[in-house]
Amino acid sequence: MNKINRKVVRTEDLNFWQKLYIPEILKGMKITIRQMFLPKFTRQYPEEKWIPPPSFRGRPVLVEENGKERCVACGLCSRVCPALAIEVQAAETELSKERYPVKFEINMLRCIFCGLCEEACPEEAIVMSKDYELTFFSQEEAIFGKDKLLMPIDELKDRLEFLRKYR
Amino acid sequence: MVKIQIDGKEYQAEPTKTIIEVARDNGIHIPHFCWHPRLSVSGNCRMCLVEVEKNPKLVIACATKVADGMIVHTANERVIKAREAIMEFLLINHPLDCPICDEAGECKLQDYAYKYSKGYSRFEEEKVRKPKRVALGPNVMLDVERCIMCSRCIRFCNEIAKTPQLVFTKRGDHVELTTAPGEELNNPYSMNVIELCPVGALTSRDFRFKARVWEMSSTESICRGCARGCNINIWVRNNEILRLTPRYNPEVNDYWMCDYGRLNTFKYVNSGDRIKSPMINKEGELIEVSWEEAIASAVFKLKNFKKSEIAGISSAFATNEDNYIFAKFIKQVLGSSNIDFMKHNVGNDDNLLIRADKTPNSLGTIAVGAIPGEKGMNFDQILNGIKSGTIKCLYVLCDDIAISDEIINALSKIDCLIVNSPIRNNLTSIADIVFPSATYAEKNGTFTNFQGRVQRIRPAVATAEIDRTLDGLAQSRLDKFGAPNDRWTKGVKIDARPTWRIIVAIANAMNHKFKYNSAEEIFNEISTNIDAFKNLNYMKIGNKGALLNIKLIKYYKPVTV
Ligand code: SF4
Ligand code: SF4
Ligand code: SF4
Ligand code: SF4
Ligand code: FES
Repeated sequence: MNKINRKVVRTEDLNFWQKLYIPEILKGMKITIRQMFLPKFTRQYPEEKWIPPPSFRGRPVLVEENGKERCVACGLCSRVCPALAIEVQAAETELSKERYPVKFEINMLRCIFCGLCEEACPEEAIVMSKDYELTFFSQEEAIFGKDKLLMPIDELKDRLEFLRKYR
Repeated sequence: MVKIQIDGKEYQAEPTKTIIEVARDNGIHIPHFCWHPRLSVSGNCRMCLVEVEKNPKLVIACATKVADGMIVHTANERVIKAREAIMEFLLINHPLDCPICDEAGECKLQDYAYKYSKGYSRFEEEKVRKPKRVALGPNVMLDVERCIMCSRCIRFCNEIAKTPQLVFTKRGDHVELTTAPGEELNNPYSMNVIELCPVGALTSRDFRFKARVWEMSSTESICRGCARGCNINIWVRNNEILRLTPRYNPEVNDYWMCDYGRLNTFKYVNSGDRIKSPMINKEGELIEVSWEEAIASAVFKLKNFKKSEIAGISSAFATNEDNYIFAKFIKQVLGSSNIDFMKHNVGNDDNLLIRADKTPNSLGTIAVGAIPGEKGMNFDQILNGIKSGTIKCLYVLCDDIAISDEIINALSKIDCLIVNSPIRNNLTSIADIVFPSATYAEKNGTFTNFQGRVQRIRPAVATAEIDRTLDGLAQSRLDKFGAPNDRWTKGVKIDARPTWRIIVAIANAMNHKFKYNSAEEIFNEISTNIDAFKNLNYMKIGNKGALLNIKLIKYYKPVTV
């Protein structure tokens, strides 16, 4: 068996004061203590919430207008979703839009918040919200149906405006 | 033969053909909407414009016959410009309906808009509004706004279905497709206009909004609705059949299929009536049991009877393979020659596709020998035998023969009734042992149509013992990329087996060596043992079928008209 002899090469040897360690520790302490008297950046989450800007991509939601979803169940978001998170089942409605999603589900464990669904939607019916708080106790709980996805249009004004301006 | 040049290449062509036909025969695609190989030329959409040298104007390729020395350009700048203009013209009044339109994804107008148009619109005026959601008949829905007035549907009704039921009214951009007042689009072939319509103006009422076309997988198969055996595609999502569409086969069904076959031959596959497990009748009630127990019980019962007391009913709904194995089982294992199938004839043959024989495989059942031959009893004799008590044990293959009170009364007196069936019906309710059998959409096999054409069916729906990926079934995008815990991979899987596998298991349990692992192995044995099938194999049958030698079928007397 060959024994591997590797010599440790130091680029720089420690000088005397450094070898003593004590002054180095004191230097570190100085930085720490100074921070205690500077202004604080820590946010007291969850007591104190962060409101993201309109460009933020939180969980995708369905736009609810006049008590109805805008969605026509075209399935384009479902097709474009790279994570296969969206499942749509269309059905016929008396409304002039002819079809609506009788079932619309997003598996939040699959969603990667890429925003492609929002981009593909021809009806501006699915948009990225500001909601980033997602916790579940089971896989089933992470599948959001229409009950959790529908969000009144008033709460989404920011985002819709942002999309019109910058997309 | 004349010589013509298309896009710089020379081709030989018959002078009776049009430019579009010659181009198509040589693999050159000239975009078109109104032209169809089986319909008369109407030349109204102008999409097929091409340049013919020495001709001042562009000509329509669908209506221009080829001539010697003709030089055609299908994709030069002038032609491309003309196509862009035609597309712009067609899209002026076309609604922005793609998101709600069932045609999206298989729409000629959509495809051509990508391929041959500019990609933007200059039209700022109001589009013409026309009626939407018009039920043209029991099976077809019309959206007049989407119609591009190609008249294919009208010509189909006039020329192929021979029932003039559709017309145009009004003029210019106000043209509307309609039926005469009080009339309906209800001919037996009406749904073929759905595929013919190059846009989403005509769509299926049955399939309406059920799925987007890109969400489904499609499997090449054969319609089980009658002895024609139209070639079809089976469209499946989440292991559920959502629609059937015709598949081109010039020898059998051309581009068409009938509405009956399209609508009434697949829904039982995913219905709640499916039998979910083998069942045994215990004290007047059918109890679900394991396969082992049901097979053991069948073996125990079958051993109780003399050869002459046993009869088998083969099935013209089952495949050649199923019937061959069944005949071998009845004859070799049980030693009886009493085997025949029930005929299901309704009405008359028509001049296009529909056959009076409403089963897909009567000829195959005869050809593989699942019939009495010289010694055995035929269907009526078996029935009389049951009534008189000489037949005490009956095995019925995949066919609900309990269609009249007379038969039900006779069968309920019998000592032992074993049934293979995919669904619960009158017959299974009075059976002693029931085996759940796979439907035509869940197994491999072949049907022989009335012409003697042997055609392949393939599994499109997975059963408990089939894995969609490992067993090579057609897959949609979701099937391909889903994980086992995704809901869409959890579609219902029925614990059913192909009939031949059930029979093989029983034969083996009776100590006969039936060594078959696939339908193909059985077919190879058929082609070795039965003259009519000589030289045939699954490879040769392919996806268009292959003729067996009808003259060599024993005990078959073709009816001469
Ligand atoms: S944000 Fe992206 S991953 Fe999430 S549902 Fe939309 S397309 Fe799918
Ligand atoms: S893309 Fe928009 S309209 Fe289409 S199904 Fe998704 S949310 Fe609905
Ligand atoms: S309904 Fe379809 S097939 Fe009929 S004329 Fe209009 S576009 Fe053509
Ligand atoms: S003619 Fe027969 S085989 Fe063809 S589609 Fe109709 S039922 Fe099916
Ligand atoms: S295909 Fe030639 S004019 Fe329509």
